[in-house]
Amino acid sequence: MVGRLAVKSGCMLVKVFTISLRAGRVGATFKPLKKVMKKSLLFLSLGLFAVTQFAQAGDLSGVITLKGTPPAEKELSPIKDDPNCSANYPGALPKTKFYVVDGSGNLADVVVVLKGISAPSTGASAAPVVMDQKGCLYYPQILAVQTGQKIIVKNSDNCVHNVHTVPKANDSQNLVQMPGGADLTFTFAKPEPFLKFQCDVHPWMFAWVTVVDGPYFAVSGADGKFTIKNVPPGKYTLEATHRKLGTQTAEVEVKADGAAQNFTFEIK
Amino acid sequence: MNNKYQPALFWFAVLNAVATFLLIGLGGLVTSHEAGMSVPDWPTSYGYNMFALPIKFWTGGAFFEHTHRLLASVVGFLTTILAIWLWLKDSRKWIVWLGVAAFLGVIAQGILGGLRVRLQMDNLGIFHGAVAQTFLVLVCAIALFTSRWWNDSETKKQISVPRGLRSHIFYVTILIFIQLLIAATMRHQHAGLAISDFPLAHGKIWPDASADAVARYNAERVETYNVKPITAFQVELQMIHRLVAYTIFLGVAAAFFLARKNWAAAMR
Repeated sequence: MVGRLAVKSGCMLVKVFTISLRAGRVGATFKPLKKVMKKSLLFLSLGLFAVTQFAQAGDLSGVITLKGTPPAEKELSPIKDDPNCSANYPGALPKTKFYVVDGSGNLADVVVVLKGISAPSTGASAAPVVMDQKGCLYYPQILAVQTGQKIIVKNSDNCVHNVHTVPKANDSQNLVQMPGGADLTFTFAKPEPFLKFQCDVHPWMFAWVTVVDGPYFAVSGADGKFTIKNVPPGKYTLEATHRKLGTQTAEVEVKADGAAQNFTFEIK
Repeated sequence: MNNKYQPALFWFAVLNAVATFLLIGLGGLVTSHEAGMSVPDWPTSYGYNMFALPIKFWTGGAFFEHTHRLLASVVGFLTTILAIWLWLKDSRKWIVWLGVAAFLGVIAQGILGGLRVRLQMDNLGIFHGAVAQTFLVLVCAIALFTSRWWNDSETKKQISVPRGLRSHIFYVTILIFIQLLIAATMRHQHAGLAISDFPLAHGKIWPDASADAVARYNAERVETYNVKPITAFQVELQMIHRLVAYTIFLGVAAAFFLARKNWAAAMR
């Protein structure tokens, strides 16, 4: 985001200097030239600010771990209720994925959001996020987007799904998606943690989308690692939320070379 | 005024009551399978005329929701015929009006079910469930009032029921209806079981409903259905449901003993 602002400011700067030079070359009067120069200085300052910020912005990264033994995941036995879905699983049925932990205790699917930073959402211009319905399951099951950012929902199955959003702050929608039907697009105007997407035809299908009003967030991967890129230097609050294990916060100071912050969730 | 027993009318009323009972059971399965929103449109189904929905779409949760709608149409049709039959063939005015009430009730219930889907309002499901039980009582009462036993009883010796016993049965009936409302409220929270052990509740006689405890219960739950996380309100509501159930048991037992005592006195 900061990078784009810097590039945009730089382009404007070049444009304004060109206008200034052109104005001088054609022998414009002194007053308009002064006005143009003033504008140039303003854009120059803005551009320099943005470039400086971009140059100094660092990555905020960390690892999320889980201490303790989580409850055993359950087999999604209701899949057997629909032959269209169970046909995808000739062997063992898939299991729930509430606690995605590797052998070292690294915890996936934790949503990490930077708080206390003044940065407007760039969701409207951000690349859409894709959520697929495949084998009567949602992929991914946990994701995060910005307000106004498009979520494109696909149906890769050969059966009908209904895509039902169950928000608290945003408006609810419930749409049918036939096999081979057109992709559905969702956007959410208000920030909201863990907004549920569900299919009521297949009630074991659910996913959660955290909607953030800004670009500074991440979701921990299978190795528990997360990275929030290009954070301007400053002191912030970092909030990590697991859907089952709640929220943890930490005060972080991001410097030009970035910062690191780990979280450990505990299951009692 | 005495009314002549009409076997065809009586058996038709019984058929209506049986169909209503099955309909309520199917409605219960819709809620148990979290399938109420699986067909998002109404009165059409996936854009089709409800009666022409291809059978390939009758899968998963949609099977329960769609067959519930079809059986509801059957009950609506039967109730309309019953109301007309009573209007034309029964000489008792009060039972004619019961038939009219049943007809209006089944129409209102159908619209309520449709609105619950169209408006995506969970709370409407509570009223939908409560009206369903009331409607079942109404059609069962019509079956009773058209029976040979009821018609003949007017000419037989009557046993007077003391005022105290009548009041007792009335209050127990009201309590049972309140219990139904509590149960419907629990079911339409769409949060599954708030307490999964019995006779204890989360290992205690009265469960801890503090924020920490509820967070722990949610962390321990591994849901295969798309139910919501439980809240302290739901834990306490389930405990009230249990207490009311014990009270109803005592109330019904007391009614039995009082009625038996009254019968013995009358036979002396």
